[in-house]
Amino acid sequence: MRRNVAGYLPVGLLAILVFILQVVLKTSGKEYFLTQITMSVYYSILIVGLCILMGYAGQISLGHAGFFAMGGYITAVLTTFNLLPYADLPVMKIMDMLGMFSRWQDLYGTDIMSVRPIYAGIFAVLFTIVAAYLIGIPVLKLKGHYLAMATLGFGIIIYRVVLGTPLFGEADGISDVPPFGIIGPLRVSGDMSERVMNYYIAWGLLLIGVLFLINLVNSRVGRALRAIHGAEDAANAMGVDTSGYKLRTFILSAVYAAVAGVFLTHYNGGIGPSEASVMKSVRYVAIVAIGGMANIWGALVMGLGLNFLSLRGYFGSYDDAVFGGILIVIMLFAPEGPLRREFFSRIMGLVRGEKEARG
Amino acid sequence: MILQVEDLNRSFGGVQAVKDVSFTVREGMIKAVIGPNGAGKTTLFNLISGTLRPDSGKVMLEDREITGLPPHRIAGMGIARTFQHIRLFPGMTVLENVMIGCHIHGKAGFLAGMLNLPWTWKEERRLMERACEVLGFLSLDDYMYNDALSLPYGQQRILEIARALAVGPRLLLLDEPAAGLNMRETVQMAEIIRKIKEQGITVLLVEHDMSLVMNISDEVLVLSYGEKIADDLPLRVQKDPEVIRVYLGEEDAQD
Ligand SMILES: Nc1ncnc2c1ncn2[C@@H]1O[C@H](COP(=O)(O)OP(=O)(O)O)[C@@H](O)[C@H]1O
Ligand SMILES: [Mg+2]
Repeated sequence: MRRNVAGYLPVGLLAILVFILQVVLKTSGKEYFLTQITMSVYYSILIVGLCILMGYAGQISLGHAGFFAMGGYITAVLTTFNLLPYADLPVMKIMDMLGMFSRWQDLYGTDIMSVRPIYAGIFAVLFTIVAAYLIGIPVLKLKGHYLAMATLGFGIIIYRVVLGTPLFGEADGISDVPPFGIIGPLRVSGDMSERVMNYYIAWGLLLIGVLFLINLVNSRVGRALRAIHGAEDAANAMGVDTSGYKLRTFILSAVYAAVAGVFLTHYNGGIGPSEASVMKSVRYVAIVAIGGMANIWGALVMGLGLNFLSLRGYFGSYDDAVFGGILIVIMLFAPEGPLRREFFSRIMGLVRGEKEARG
Repeated sequence: MILQVEDLNRSFGGVQAVKDVSFTVREGMIKAVIGPNGAGKTTLFNLISGTLRPDSGKVMLEDREITGLPPHRIAGMGIARTFQHIRLFPGMTVLENVMIGCHIHGKAGFLAGMLNLPWTWKEERRLMERACEVLGFLSLDDYMYNDALSLPYGQQRILEIARALAVGPRLLLLDEPAAGLNMRETVQMAEIIRKIKEQGITVLLVEHDMSLVMNISDEVLVLSYGEKIADDLPLRVQKDPEVIRVYLGEEDAQD
């Protein structure tokens, strides 16, 4: 029995589009767009993960920038913190023998021994899993506004910790983060000469992530998540471990956020506290909402488009205001997401001056 | 005894919704729970199915204590339920609703689902066949691919039962399955409940329709203000002076 083949088709089409786009940009001499596109692609990894949590499991998180920052900052610290003074410790020697460190020189020629990026990245993601688990257990007992507030609180804590800790560079963040060698010649770096390769690495990661989520949505677990969204107590009474599933979805979406954070940090060669800010979390929620909530493709398209426009500076100094505005419009007219018929009829009704009856 | 309830208590603020209730249900019977509105019938079901935790008391399924276990564990042990206020999954088809009932008969988790492992396809097909069987049993198979909430009200009630049957329960709790049904549909519902009993499934049933209750139940438990006031054969309960007083009293009040 074959399943999901139709669901894979858009992924294949997108892959072709990605290639065409790169060729078009190259031939039209606009290759400088690749940088912002690559960054948008990484942000979109977080967005599609959040889409599963919000749209399918029906749980909101206003703290996902916190998980993104957790991934980014941990990998940044581990790959830049100079361990040379501790190199003689037995533990360090063992880890060194296992190839967990790399040696390089910073801009001033100082010798540095730090954790090899691949291990730093893996550790950052594992750490985020544990953190999401510990936060998720108490917080996911809450619903609606209370859950929103609690996750917001988490986001604020991460932001203030990042901003107030010298190890995390306080307001300056962390720079000089080295490239991340994945396998062979593949490496995540902001190096101009590797821009095209990095464009494809980012897309590859996003497409794999989307593929996993499409599979998940169409699986037994995906069905259970939709049931939880629709009628949690009934799903629970039918034998669905609702709190367990919510927790695992929360962790999964946190992993997507952390992976995005790790990759983007190595791509940018650094990370700053604005990545952990609450406005970033609000932005992600707004993008998932305008993408249609339970719509991975909608979230993906909006994630790419809006992040790209934002990174190109099209929103000027109103950057955050744009996303705040999006949220207001969505919540007023289409709390279930805009890519539905009622949204347009509601707008049309408003245009014609009819009275709105919500309920 | 498939179910044993001992001294169950539960209050909400100042309201003692269930008070020292004890009773047993024998395997294979249909037992009805009746009582005026607010008597604590739904609360009793919530306590048995794990939706609510009791303040004190014990619930035993066969010889295993299930008091205070979470609902999904209790479902896994063989108790399924329907809801007085229909709680179908919106935006999902009739088939998908019933497949949620089949959930505990599969094991594909997050990783298997994300990787779309081949063994999960077989499992999905097995769950689907199981759901189709139940839908066929309750003659809902024609609507399989319709949105569950697009069904007429009476069919939604039956779908609630289908979803619960898909769990594969040994004890089925039905909370007012005939509420809102017309006379013809109520007769149909009685037929369905009898058919379920013939499958060897024990039924505990909350119902207001007296003719339905007296027709199909083997025993009747009467609650009033959270307390058990009778627990006997239908004919004897009908003649019980206390029961008559509670019901007549209620009717007097309504007149
Ligand atoms: N979740 C709840 N919170 C507060 N009070 C409740 C709750 N559930 C039931 N009650 C109260 O408990 C009493 C019994 O209610 P219920 O079990 O629904 O009665 P029945 O199903 O017999 O009509 C009522 O007084 C009701 O108001
Ligand atoms: Mg009730």
